Amino acid sequence: MENKLVVSPSPHIHSGDTIEKNMYGVLVALIPAFLVALYVFRLDALIITALAVLFCVAFEYLIVKYIIKKTPTVLDGSAIITGVLLAFNVPSNLPVWILALGCLFAIGVVKLSFGGLGNNIFNPAIAGRIFLLISFPAQMTLWPAPDIAGAVDAVTSATVLGNLKSNPELLPSLQTMFFGTEAGSIGEMSALALLLGLGWLLWKKVITWHIPVSIMATVAIFTGIIYIFNPIPLYHPLIHLFSGGLMLGAVFMATDYVTSPMTKKGMLIYGVGIGFITVAIRLWGAYPEGVSFAILLMNAFTPLINNYTTPKRFGEVVKHG
Amino acid sequence: MSVLLTAVVTLGVIGAGSAAILYLIGQKFKVEEDPRIQEVQDVLPAANCGGCGFPGCASFASACVKADTLEGLNCPVGGQATMDKVARILGQAAPVAVKKIAVVRCNGTCEHRPRINLYDGASNCTIAAALYGGDTGCSFGCLGLGDCEASCTFDAIHINPETMLPEVVEDKCTACGACVKACPKDIIELRKQGPKSRRIYVSCVNEEKGGVARKSCEVACIGCSKCQQACPFEAITIENNLAYINDDKCRLCRKCVPVCPTNSILELNFPPRKDKSPKEEKATVDA
Amino acid sequence: MLKTFRIGGIHPKEQKVSAGNAIQPIAIPNQVIIPLAQHIGAPCQPVVKKGDTVKVGTLIGKSVGFVSANIHSSVSGTVLKLDKTMDASGYRRDAVFIKVEGDEWEESIDRSPDLKKECNLSPGEILDKIAAAGIVGMGGATFPTHVKLTPPPGSRPEILIINGVECEPWLTSDHRLMMERTEEIMVGTTIVMKALNVDKAIIGIENNKKDAIEKFGKCAEAYPGISVEALKVQYPQGGEKQLIDALIGRQVPSGALPISVGAVVQNVGTVLAIYEAVQKNKPLVERVVTVTGKDVKLPCNILSRVGIPAANLIDAAGGLPETTGKIVSGGPMMGKALASIDVPVTKGTSGILLIPTLEAKRKAMKDCIRCAKCISVCPMGLNPTLLMNLTEFEVWDQAEKHRIADCIECGSCSYTCPADRPLLDHIRLGKGRVNTIIRNRKTNA
Repeated sequence: MENKLVVSPSPHIHSGDTIEKNMYGVLVALIPAFLVALYVFRLDALIITALAVLFCVAFEYLIVKYIIKKTPTVLDGSAIITGVLLAFNVPSNLPVWILALGCLFAIGVVKLSFGGLGNNIFNPAIAGRIFLLISFPAQMTLWPAPDIAGAVDAVTSATVLGNLKSNPELLPSLQTMFFGTEAGSIGEMSALALLLGLGWLLWKKVITWHIPVSIMATVAIFTGIIYIFNPIPLYHPLIHLFSGGLMLGAVFMATDYVTSPMTKKGMLIYGVGIGFITVAIRLWGAYPEGVSFAILLMNAFTPLINNYTTPKRFGEVVKHG
Repeated sequence: MSVLLTAVVTLGVIGAGSAAILYLIGQKFKVEEDPRIQEVQDVLPAANCGGCGFPGCASFASACVKADTLEGLNCPVGGQATMDKVARILGQAAPVAVKKIAVVRCNGTCEHRPRINLYDGASNCTIAAALYGGDTGCSFGCLGLGDCEASCTFDAIHINPETMLPEVVEDKCTACGACVKACPKDIIELRKQGPKSRRIYVSCVNEEKGGVARKSCEVACIGCSKCQQACPFEAITIENNLAYINDDKCRLCRKCVPVCPTNSILELNFPPRKDKSPKEEKATVDA
Repeated sequence: MLKTFRIGGIHPKEQKVSAGNAIQPIAIPNQVIIPLAQHIGAPCQPVVKKGDTVKVGTLIGKSVGFVSANIHSSVSGTVLKLDKTMDASGYRRDAVFIKVEGDEWEESIDRSPDLKKECNLSPGEILDKIAAAGIVGMGGATFPTHVKLTPPPGSRPEILIINGVECEPWLTSDHRLMMERTEEIMVGTTIVMKALNVDKAIIGIENNKKDAIEKFGKCAEAYPGISVEALKVQYPQGGEKQLIDALIGRQVPSGALPISVGAVVQNVGTVLAIYEAVQKNKPLVERVVTVTGKDVKLPCNILSRVGIPAANLIDAAGGLPETTGKIVSGGPMMGKALASIDVPVTKGTSGILLIPTLEAKRKAMKDCIRCAKCISVCPMGLNPTLLMNLTEFEVWDQAEKHRIADCIECGSCSYTCPADRPLLDHIRLGKGRVNTIIRNRKTNA
């Protein structure tokens, strides 16, 4: 035998799981929402999403290669996800230069300045979206009316959550929200499509149920309790579940591996926290939507949660049976 | 105007009150400390390397102040100059410490010691050493995974990618001993730096019988004891098939070097020999 | 719903390609090399010297210290020399080299194949026989069996658990033993029950060995107190603590021995060795070794004497494939990679696995993406990625607090990690350091 034997510590086999598999699993899960977006916003959705992915991948490649001077690993899929998620969080008629700025902030500042994938504190897409929302509030909160009837679309309209506080009579039906033809950002149209994505992620074991379920349950229960005492649309739990970025946030943004807690207990605390902050901002805050702020805040708490929660250990409960 | 005045007065009172509280608490919990500890600490190198055997410069300073004599206390980083300063502060005589330096006792380069398998675990000597004897036939020699390099706070030891052996940068090494502790194979030793950095040492730690050692590495010490016979000062001992040169007894006469049949005794920083053909081992080591 | 342990676990591809192949003996070569350290604990003191004649079963290494086990000659012939040899530890250690002449056994050994059911010895006599025969745990841990069967003062065993799980992929040696030596294992179980003075035993077998479950189920009807339990296929179910949890729902507390929940676990191979030692006076000189792998021509289960080089077993399995990149002694999850093909078979060699070059090397390590998959698979409920970091930065007090010493080194974390991080490499190192710190503290206190 000419080849030298390889010697290494055990284990000698590997599951074959890779970062890429997980990342591309998330991308596959985003397909239903993307199809709905294509149906609703037609070419605009395609252009914005494609450009956001292009910008994110290009910025990551250029920054890693020429500023950090390492081998770029843009094909691990994380930059693509950031691009898609950022695109899904903006209106379909956002000017391209604003989108590019958001991508640069998300990749350059939020992700790579902390050391790249695995070391960032905040979810790049969320932070990018908030950066744009604060810097360009006008462009970020003007949504084109859905283009379903085929009518020439020039009107911009407020979102469900925007109307919730001011014009409750303009609310679309719950069915519309569930299947997704109300005004809003590109990817937050259809709760159904996002739930399909959640099903895929759970089936492929990319994520566990803890974070999305705890966020949704907290939002539903919190608003539900208020609704019992004051049954006006503003407090309707289903409206809160199906509107705005809640589903998108709960399924795809809050579950980002890097910025969410690692223990099951921690995931539940994190999810409940996001749920509470989201509802609080939506009901009593200045902004109509609070999901991204809630996730960003809880991202900041993640290291603390990790520090104070431990996994369920073997032998902790001695059951004599 | 009165608003302004109120603000100034209020803030002033709060400020003065806080200052008073801080002062009182500071007085109450004041820790009496020998001022010389701080003075000693100021002259120390502040590397906190632990080379002195204490957790850091502060605790070394406090040990110096508390000790009756400075005997046995030495800052290897600062060397004689620093210890003289410490002694002056404390009004004592500084012990004379001999300047030492880290020496890597393995010359098993890729040519001398062929690799017989591939290590593929975490790049860490301690992990590899716990797993097996290493990727060469010699289970005593350097694994080349750089625990010493990682342990050095002075950037003074580096793995040479060609030989896969560590090399000590003479003017950076402070003999703090971190690499000696880090090496799981106990290859690195602190030895006297010697006049003009001239040193002679056995660059091998293989305790196998001669034949076995030689089979795995061309430059292994085979314990033949020729060097022992050549040494006029009884500085060389042979134990477990391995020669060792005591640097207290060695007078750097170089008689042992040419008699070694495997060239495992190295001489550093000596002028080239005139009488005989140039030694080959000079080419292999360039510390 | 089949039983299994409650925390973590993985299910690697089973790959039990040699499961249907009956155990076959291997020809004894001209020379065997018997290492003097084949168990956890102090190495044996040699009691033979160059030129001595030995028979099969002659004592050649005497155990020294409490945790140690005797070593016997596995062949008859002349002692060539006492020298060092490369063993599975990857270091050259003391061994006895024996030149083989014929195959003559010690007269005291009963070599007849008849089943001998009656055992009238007292527990103490049984333990003495086990100790004399040099039996160690044959699942791979090689802990001396007589020590394990001597409960520490103050503890009382309630139940005996027989480990027929064989949860490692590829390995089938225990499976074959269970199929071919069923009755003997049953009698061995009754002997261990007698030695421990317990009246209940459970044999746990994973559900991928349905034929063995059936065979044992039938056989167990004749033995009161012994039951057979099918278990869900889940790695590392063969770990003592996991198996106890799976079978009787008790979790051994951190730092404690299985006896603290009243259980004693023995591997089926060990139980068979106990039967042979107690009923037939046969010391532990041979064992079943699975030789297998992706490109192995004839994956098989070989009955090999201790001291035969791995190379001979590989030849018996159709020769070393050209593609071999790594040779593992034991299973792929916990086995040791061998640095040389000439390493001899020892009491703990459960298998020889040949891994092709393409699968031999690990992939390059990436940054941790904090996916927490290592946490969810850890059967001890630890946080592997945190423990690896704590070890790298040498924060031993925190590592101890996060129970690094509980790690059973099953490798599930490294197996799972999508970023290919060598989690277990570091944790193993940290565990060793922390255990030393704990030991020092105890001796100083």
